[in-house]
Amino acid sequence: MNLYELTVAEAMSSLAAGDITSEALTRSCLDRIDKVDGEVGAFITLDREGALEQARKADIERKRERVGTLCGIPVAIKDLLCTKDMRTTCGSQMLADFIPPYDATVVEKIKGQGGVILGKVSMDEFAMGSTSESCAFGVPQNPWKKGYVAGGSSGGSAAAVSAGECLASLGSDTGGSIRQPASLCGVIGMKPTYGRVSRYGLVAFASSLDQVGPLCRDVTDCAILMNAISGHDQRDSTSVRIDVPDFTSFLKEDVRGLRIGVPREYFSAGLHPQVERVVRSGIDLLRQAGAVVVDITLPHTEYCVAAYYLIAPAEASSNLARYDGVNFGRRDMKADTLMSMYKDTRSAGFGTEVKRRILIGTYALSSGYYDAYYKKASQVRTMILRDFQAAYESCDVLVSPVTPTPAWKQGENSDNPLAVYLSDILTISANLAGIPGISVPGGFSSDGLPIGIQIQGRHFDEGSLLRVAYALEKMVGVTRVPSLA
Amino acid sequence: MEFETVIGLEIHAQLKTASKIFCGCSTEFGAPPNTHTCPVCQGMPGVLPVLNRKVVEFAIRMGLATEATINRSNQFARKNYFYPDLPKGYQTSQYDKPIIEHGQVEIEVDGATRIIGITRMHMEEDAGKLVHDEREPVSYVDLNRTGTPLLEIVSEPDMRSPQEATAYLKKIHAILRYLDICDGNMQEGSFRCDANISLRPVGQKEFGTRTELKNMNSFRNVQAALEYEIRRQRDLLLDGGKVVQQTLLWNPDTGRTEPMRGKEDAHDYRYFPCPDLVPVELDDEWIEAIRATLPELPDARKKRFIAEYGLPLYDAGILTGERELADYFELAVNSGADPKKVSNWIMTELMRELKGEAIGTCRISAQQLAQLLLLIEKGTISGKIAKTVFQIMFETGKDPEIIVREKNLVQVSDVGEIMTVVQQLLEQHPDQARELREGKEKLMGFFVGQLMKQMKGKANPAMANELFRKAIFGDEQQ
Repeated sequence: MNLYELTVAEAMSSLAAGDITSEALTRSCLDRIDKVDGEVGAFITLDREGALEQARKADIERKRERVGTLCGIPVAIKDLLCTKDMRTTCGSQMLADFIPPYDATVVEKIKGQGGVILGKVSMDEFAMGSTSESCAFGVPQNPWKKGYVAGGSSGGSAAAVSAGECLASLGSDTGGSIRQPASLCGVIGMKPTYGRVSRYGLVAFASSLDQVGPLCRDVTDCAILMNAISGHDQRDSTSVRIDVPDFTSFLKEDVRGLRIGVPREYFSAGLHPQVERVVRSGIDLLRQAGAVVVDITLPHTEYCVAAYYLIAPAEASSNLARYDGVNFGRRDMKADTLMSMYKDTRSAGFGTEVKRRILIGTYALSSGYYDAYYKKASQVRTMILRDFQAAYESCDVLVSPVTPTPAWKQGENSDNPLAVYLSDILTISANLAGIPGISVPGGFSSDGLPIGIQIQGRHFDEGSLLRVAYALEKMVGVTRVPSLA
Repeated sequence: MEFETVIGLEIHAQLKTASKIFCGCSTEFGAPPNTHTCPVCQGMPGVLPVLNRKVVEFAIRMGLATEATINRSNQFARKNYFYPDLPKGYQTSQYDKPIIEHGQVEIEVDGATRIIGITRMHMEEDAGKLVHDEREPVSYVDLNRTGTPLLEIVSEPDMRSPQEATAYLKKIHAILRYLDICDGNMQEGSFRCDANISLRPVGQKEFGTRTELKNMNSFRNVQAALEYEIRRQRDLLLDGGKVVQQTLLWNPDTGRTEPMRGKEDAHDYRYFPCPDLVPVELDDEWIEAIRATLPELPDARKKRFIAEYGLPLYDAGILTGERELADYFELAVNSGADPKKVSNWIMTELMRELKGEAIGTCRISAQQLAQLLLLIEKGTISGKIAKTVFQIMFETGKDPEIIVREKNLVQVSDVGEIMTVVQQLLEQHPDQARELREGKEKLMGFFVGQLMKQMKGKANPAMANELFRKAIFGDEQQ
């Protein structure tokens, strides 16, 4: 077995036992990247020397003292999490040369536990997209099938984990950006409860929806990574002061008596039959294992896409105003007036999708339109939250598909943004309501593409999600690494 | 046609916290450019604001001091616009849920008391500063001021004259200073004021079209700008013209208001709740704890000065207009001097010498002023000599006793010594002595003046008067 194929948990115990070194493990990942990343295209920035240096340091420290949980584990970071002294592009020309002078809190936590940062991975520009095709620095593709999308916006994170280029990665989820690529690439991806993980240093897309989370090869690793990154951060006022449980304590093969809600609206027309088959068989497995299956309705689901595509662009239009060519990032030097500097810088620096969303958001917040759009969307958001609260009175978790279809061909929907927006319908409610969600591999389509199963739960009840995901994982038993040519 | 003036003021008070509103950077004024900055106030990607609790406390203090409603739940909002001194492309402010609403203050103009309403007060961050190179077409951005906390105080359109506007502005200024939450320096921009002003025919209910005045960085400028703008609008309306709603800059050099360049006042700020900051929730316990720390405020102090020290309303108003001045007064009184005399000396001699400077710059301490007044009271020096001593004190900061000793200014109250000079003078000026005897009282002043001249002002003036009378009219006249 190749070292890069190890899970985080396996690598942790091999490192602890002295069977392997972090340097060897890191080299194995780097070799794998050399071999496959030309095809996978996950990495924007690879810090080969830095990673090896960190690995060697981890090996030395391990001999001397007690080390952090992730000591010597190679991970990849989505390129919108700020990394001190390492370029952070957000997949945008606007930040092509931006080197943050600080680490995001989650990066600091990973480093603090001895994690080895391999580099920064691809994503849709400013996390706006569902295919990672809007990345300005190379588009990742699905490691399971050439020419297919890896999903997005955390496409690079999912592809890198799936292809064995790293043991785990961090992504961010604003409307499904962790769960959807995880589903399409056959890995685990968790969007924690809003407020569970610090957003400090996460370059904001839509602040009230963004949440950092892990992408991993199995549920155990997901729990380990959740332990590593969760917790209140005084630098983020929206992170919540609430106890963080040991997430690995939920990894029991026991779902007896657990009430599994199946939201009717998530199985409506438009759902790919093979996706439905995989999810329904997952639900059957859970029932056989002793879970109680409950029919649930989330009546406002049909409005979530509309509400999301007002709130997220509105916040984005404001969050992205700072890219004006004045203080950092790209500046168009030919301009001779302030206004033309703004215009030229932003016209050249942002891609089409980002511009589209800035325009939508600016419009939605404009005087005279605010009540009809932003305010109305905020009201819908409250109703969606109430849907979930009502549902959780009769069930403990919700099990559903993550995406209506398996991965599609690259370029397929590039002229039809609305079709792509609509494909987010099964994931964005969780962001609007702030609840946690996880995607766990459930099976494959007839042409070999992974299909994930989504589990959503109550605020701060990631534990139940992990419990169900762990049980499913044991029962489904999915191949972990695709056999790339 | 008779017009009524309607004025509302928007005041921006920089709050005197040690650190900025959303990060730990220092708020100190005058540091080298961009030295008091960090990724948060520079608006770097990914950073987040954390609200400075002290800012909330200061806002609550102001709310309590103006009998306002403190909104137990209030929220920050983003005001979006592009400008190079605004690194995030939005100002974090408050919009539809400000921390304070419905306050009021009392003002007094020409003996009449009026209540001026405060619509709202909200917390927000200040912007940075642009520095323009005078030789090259280059501008630099200094972000030291970015994120300095401001309290914006918006009045009701309740003021009817520039005098009322100035009185309101001074009252707000005084309260902020009493509360010790703003240093009130208009030149350095820590206390700024914009005015909305319109005219309407007397008796009309609807407001006329208003203009907004900016760039008035002293109380005097506020008054002058408002007076100018009233004349301008009145002339325009009387000529059958219309006032255009616009932002005008006061130019203190030309004494005119001038339209602001471009359409900088035509923004759509696209306010929306700031998703990076949770709503500010206040509990009664904290508010009451803050209330317990409030100092005596200007109005209460003025009333007390009248009742306790018997000062006239006007004097009490001036003395309590500045906390430091009122403190100075009370310290002098507590050092044993007569309150009315202290008040008179402050209102005349001291104010004249200060020439508008703050009392804090004065080299004469309150205790020294009291010592001086006690020297007069004891008869050690005359009131006239005291003025000379005061001058020296003002320049040197020396104790009055030392000055009196060094300059040998002790008053002569020795009957024999003064009488000798009286008799000499009567002999030297026989004609005047006769005329005085015949009833030309004015000449008493002449003789006392001559005596003072000869005795270098040190003679006890009451005694000199008495001795002249004795010498001319004899004892029976007394």
